[in-house]
Amino acid sequence: METVMSIIIGFFFAIGTYMILSKSLLRIILGTSVIGHAVNLLILTMGGLKTGGPPLLGLKSTSSFTDGLPQALILTAIVINFAVTGLFLVVAYRSYRVLGTDDMDQLRGNEDE
Amino acid sequence: MKPNDILLAAVTKIAVLIILTFSIDLFFSGHHNPGGGFIGGLGIASSLVLMYLTFGTEAVNKLIPVDFKTVAAIGVLIAVLTGAGSFLFDAPFLSQTYGYFELPILGKTELATALIFDTGVALAVIGSAVTIILSISEDR
Amino acid sequence: MNNIIILPIIIPLIAGLVMVIFRKNVYAQRSIALLAILSTGLVAVLLAGQVKSDGIQVLQAGGWAAPYGISLVADMFAIILLIITAFVSFCCLFYAFYTIGNIREKNFFYPLFLFMISGVNGSFLTGDIFNLFVFFELMLISSYALITLGGERKQLRESIKYILINVMSSFFFLVAVAYLYAVTGTLNMAHLSVRVAEAGQGGLMTTIAILLLMVFSLKAGLVLFQWLPGSYSAPPTAVAAIFAALLTKVGIYAIFRMFTLIFYHQPEITHLLIGIMGAATMLLGAIGAVSKWDIKGILTYNVVVSVGLILAGLAAFTTGSITGSVFYLVHDINVKALIFLIGGTVIYLTGTSNLKEISGLIRTHPFLGWMFFIAALALAGIPPLSGFLGKVLITKGTFDAGEYWLGAIGLISSLLVLYSVMKIFMNVFWGETNLSEDMEKGTTRGIIVPITFLTAVIVFLGLGGESISSYIQLAAEGLMDPDLYIKAVLGE
Repeated sequence: METVMSIIIGFFFAIGTYMILSKSLLRIILGTSVIGHAVNLLILTMGGLKTGGPPLLGLKSTSSFTDGLPQALILTAIVINFAVTGLFLVVAYRSYRVLGTDDMDQLRGNEDE
Repeated sequence: MKPNDILLAAVTKIAVLIILTFSIDLFFSGHHNPGGGFIGGLGIASSLVLMYLTFGTEAVNKLIPVDFKTVAAIGVLIAVLTGAGSFLFDAPFLSQTYGYFELPILGKTELATALIFDTGVALAVIGSAVTIILSISEDR
Repeated sequence: MNNIIILPIIIPLIAGLVMVIFRKNVYAQRSIALLAILSTGLVAVLLAGQVKSDGIQVLQAGGWAAPYGISLVADMFAIILLIITAFVSFCCLFYAFYTIGNIREKNFFYPLFLFMISGVNGSFLTGDIFNLFVFFELMLISSYALITLGGERKQLRESIKYILINVMSSFFFLVAVAYLYAVTGTLNMAHLSVRVAEAGQGGLMTTIAILLLMVFSLKAGLVLFQWLPGSYSAPPTAVAAIFAALLTKVGIYAIFRMFTLIFYHQPEITHLLIGIMGAATMLLGAIGAVSKWDIKGILTYNVVVSVGLILAGLAAFTTGSITGSVFYLVHDINVKALIFLIGGTVIYLTGTSNLKEISGLIRTHPFLGWMFFIAALALAGIPPLSGFLGKVLITKGTFDAGEYWLGAIGLISSLLVLYSVMKIFMNVFWGETNLSEDMEKGTTRGIIVPITFLTAVIVFLGLGGESISSYIQLAAEGLMDPDLYIKAVLGE
């Protein structure tokens, strides 16, 4: 299972990196979002994968429960990612309105401004 | 701009009700089962966004005359103050407590201070999610 | 348990939220903001007294015991930074009253400012590495909003790059946290320190340490500073000053925490790498500062140089050099805020940032000019001003550690820094006065007050450095002795 997850995470990272390297701002934002998912999966995998074990409550033995901490971390990471992506989208939209382009080449800027 | 799509409007009227009910159920079940303030708030926010999409910004604003930025701020404030409430009882910050109460209709119910915190989270999520969508959609 | 520790985080947060709810009245917002910053400063001073008499103070949030819950830890290093943060943000806030403009004030400038301070204070106080990430994000998200606030073309363009680069570094932070959790099974810094010490810092652990180093150096502007000059010259002066003073310093703080508390077992790899990165940062930053011909450009590159110097102190890794670093950190937060405020005032008065178009301001603004002179000397580390002591201790530390090249590069870069700021002084303040007082775009009335405050503190830190040196010593000793921190957090 860990192998499959590693491949999936790597695949996500590859997609995200490819999208971030493109010129369109919207693709870049989507790329960061994909990498965000990859990172969440990574945290989940790193916390140890297990099926059928709920986090602690109502269990007799302590050996079969799933570690709840990675899930808490992921929840927090998702919330933060949600906020950042939302803000990033608003900024991108706003700058598209003001600057009239979403092409990163034209957003490079020049010295004399 | 006022959208005018009969199918969408007809479905939305029912769907919003279902989504809201489900969100509130998710919100309350969060204490012991999957769910909680964040996901419940997101559900409510999505139903609000659906309404904005179907009936247009002005109509919904007339129906729900609140500023969602304020909602978000009130939400976070509730959450922080619940944490800070522990100052009064000389307990560490963010301490929580719960007890069982006999309530009319519901019978014996567990009430936890974590629920107040969760309400704050839900309001914060509703406020910020709707604000993001509205600020993207407003000026066209 | 000591609930006071949470106050520097939640006072600005609550004040900011209240302002969002009642945002109509700008004057009320101003006074609430000042009050909030003042009270965080007072709380920090109170904590400093407690830490000095009773040792490191700890709060376990929610009453969950140490490795399981979230710990907030106030040691002397964090508290010194808290106090200086409160002071500098107070001055920048004061400056913002006169310069930031009504539109920004109505659009949540003060709440965002306070949220950012809350994030900064939280990063200093947290004892949990994931919580560090959360407070970093709180600080960064507010800074994203502050950098775009106003919506000018340049701001929007630079903010996109700033946001993208920080979002990516936050993801790598999470990746590092995930690896760290997989290897050690804990995220509490004190517990991490114990675990790493038990298991030994092998190759895997060093790799994670270097991943974390990369993340924090992106935020601190250590070698990976290419985003910094653009984004720090975009926002208005008050914002740029607080960014220059605080944001990179939070990254530096995190590097110090990681590499004195947790990953201190292989200094021949990690600390040498920090040293090399610091040296490269100093050289590149100094070259950048010398090559620029506009005020903001020179000043932003100067931010980079000091990052390199502070971390050179960490690279040498002796008690003396760490003391120097802490001292220089305190000085640098102050002087960066000051010099950005003065530079911003010059731009505000003349309407241009180009050195070749400004000259002879000393005739109309002698006070401003001489304070810039003092700040410039302090920046270069001329005695008896505040930069001197820190710089001497860092340089001496690197020589003691046998890393002569590092100390030498530090001294060379100081010389270049002095040249770059003197270039501003000579071009802007000397020469023919080409701008009479009524042609100016604004007045210095009011904004001179925070600048004077900051200058006074710089002179005080230089002349009366001895009076606070016992606190700085305590901070450096705390950093060099991780057991103190571990004992305070985990108990016996």
